[in-house]
Amino acid sequence: MIALLIRDLRLAVRAGGGFGLGLSFFLIVTVLVPFGVGPETGLLAKIAPGILWIGALLSCLLSLDRIFALDFEDGSLDLLATAPVPLEGAVLVKAIAHWLTSALPLVVAAPLLGILLSLPAEGFLWVFVSLLLGTPALSVIGTFGAALTVGIKRGGLLLSLLVLPLYVPTLIFGAEVARRGAEGLAVETPLMLLAGISLGALAFLPFAAAAVLRMNLR
Amino acid sequence: MMPELGKYAGAVLSSYAVSLVLLAVLVLLSLMRARKVKAELDQIENRSKSNG
Amino acid sequence: MSIWEYANPVKFLRLTDKLLPPLAILSIVTLIIGLVWGFFFTPDDFRQGSTVKIIYLHVPAALMAINAWLMMLVASLVWIVRRHHVSALAARAAGPVGAVMTIIALATGAIWGQPMWGTWWAWDPRLTSFLILFLFYLGYIALWEAIEDSDTAADLTSILCLVGSVFAVLSRYAVNFWNQGLHQGASVMRAGAIAGDTEERVSNVFAIPLFVSMAGFFLLFLTLVLLRTRTEIRSRRIKALLAKERAA
Repeated sequence: MIALLIRDLRLAVRAGGGFGLGLSFFLIVTVLVPFGVGPETGLLAKIAPGILWIGALLSCLLSLDRIFALDFEDGSLDLLATAPVPLEGAVLVKAIAHWLTSALPLVVAAPLLGILLSLPAEGFLWVFVSLLLGTPALSVIGTFGAALTVGIKRGGLLLSLLVLPLYVPTLIFGAEVARRGAEGLAVETPLMLLAGISLGALAFLPFAAAAVLRMNLR
Repeated sequence: MMPELGKYAGAVLSSYAVSLVLLAVLVLLSLMRARKVKAELDQIENRSKSNG
Repeated sequence: MSIWEYANPVKFLRLTDKLLPPLAILSIVTLIIGLVWGFFFTPDDFRQGSTVKIIYLHVPAALMAINAWLMMLVASLVWIVRRHHVSALAARAAGPVGAVMTIIALATGAIWGQPMWGTWWAWDPRLTSFLILFLFYLGYIALWEAIEDSDTAADLTSILCLVGSVFAVLSRYAVNFWNQGLHQGASVMRAGAIAGDTEERVSNVFAIPLFVSMAGFFLLFLTLVLLRTRTEIRSRRIKALLAKERAA
């Protein structure tokens, strides 16, 4: 499984798109927001946590269809399905690889982009923490969505349609943590709920995703 | 016959209109598709019967 | 004799062939009685005026929007566990019906909210949950449409339905939390309480026609699902026959 993780990471780095593309998208979304709502500092500070969360979520979405697509095309997914490693584990590894290559850079970049949106000083920590806790859920849910649509040509749009409603609870709690943190309020409750969603998704969704993959490979 | 709806007549009538139209569209589409698929199936079944 | 007898498509078609016409008539009659009674023969509410008549559409549609999803969930489980095709196709048939019910609930709610709350839309927990439910319906229907092989489609959509149900419930709680977090009992919540009040304390004058239209909506849902399931069964058979012809 570790070999698989290393292979996936290496492939992502070699393809180059993994880090760069998602991050650039995140940057562009963040830059576009002030053009849309106006440069007023107070307003930007108020909506900054939400914008950062939505930007991170959308950038995460961009790279989802690549989780299985290449492996499906060249047949290595069939090999994985028949390999001694349980497919559930392989799916989890794929999700972790996606998180490391696509989500983690966003988490690190989010506080920096917060400067552009005049995020209040208290907010930096909580935007970072909430994204750190929430993005694993985004990656795992996205892996499930990618497994659902793996056999479909031009499934990208369908993937977004399926995955975005599933992102609702994570987004709500994550953005709530970031917002409360930025306003200096107590963050414990949404933080725990956010962690709960991430852990629950990590525990259960690999099984659903693996089941779905087997159906698609049959 | 028409009940006195007062100042909310627009709201009440339009919600009835919207709902009934939506239901009617749903029913019509279901019926049309049912008819089309049934005809298609009959045709194919007849063809396969006559062939063999 | 058990209910699983009707998992056989031929038996299902034969049974529903006899069942469908009386059921269709019954549902239309019940619906007309409920709605006509509600529209023409109920008094106005002292606070909400004549807008209370919208309840005979709004509440039954909302009820069926949720029940349709539950039915899809049960049918998906039956498909996963016992692999009866009729069950999977019934779930598929219910999807669009449930989606339309959700639209009706949202639309009548918006039209009702305009005079009562002074706004078409508010991010009230109930409204928001229904909007999210609608998104789930859209995804479910789109997935069915996207996949060629009907068994794979049935498998994938039933898993989506299961996972979607869990996340729909999660969203419901999340939305509750989020809205309280944002508004802390602001006007939206109060307006919600007013709407909740009338729903809970409907006197008999309003309640009986409401129950009749609920029954009407339910029967209509049943009729449509049976009709659409028949269509799906036939469409599946067409595919199978065409494939056989091509192979021969």
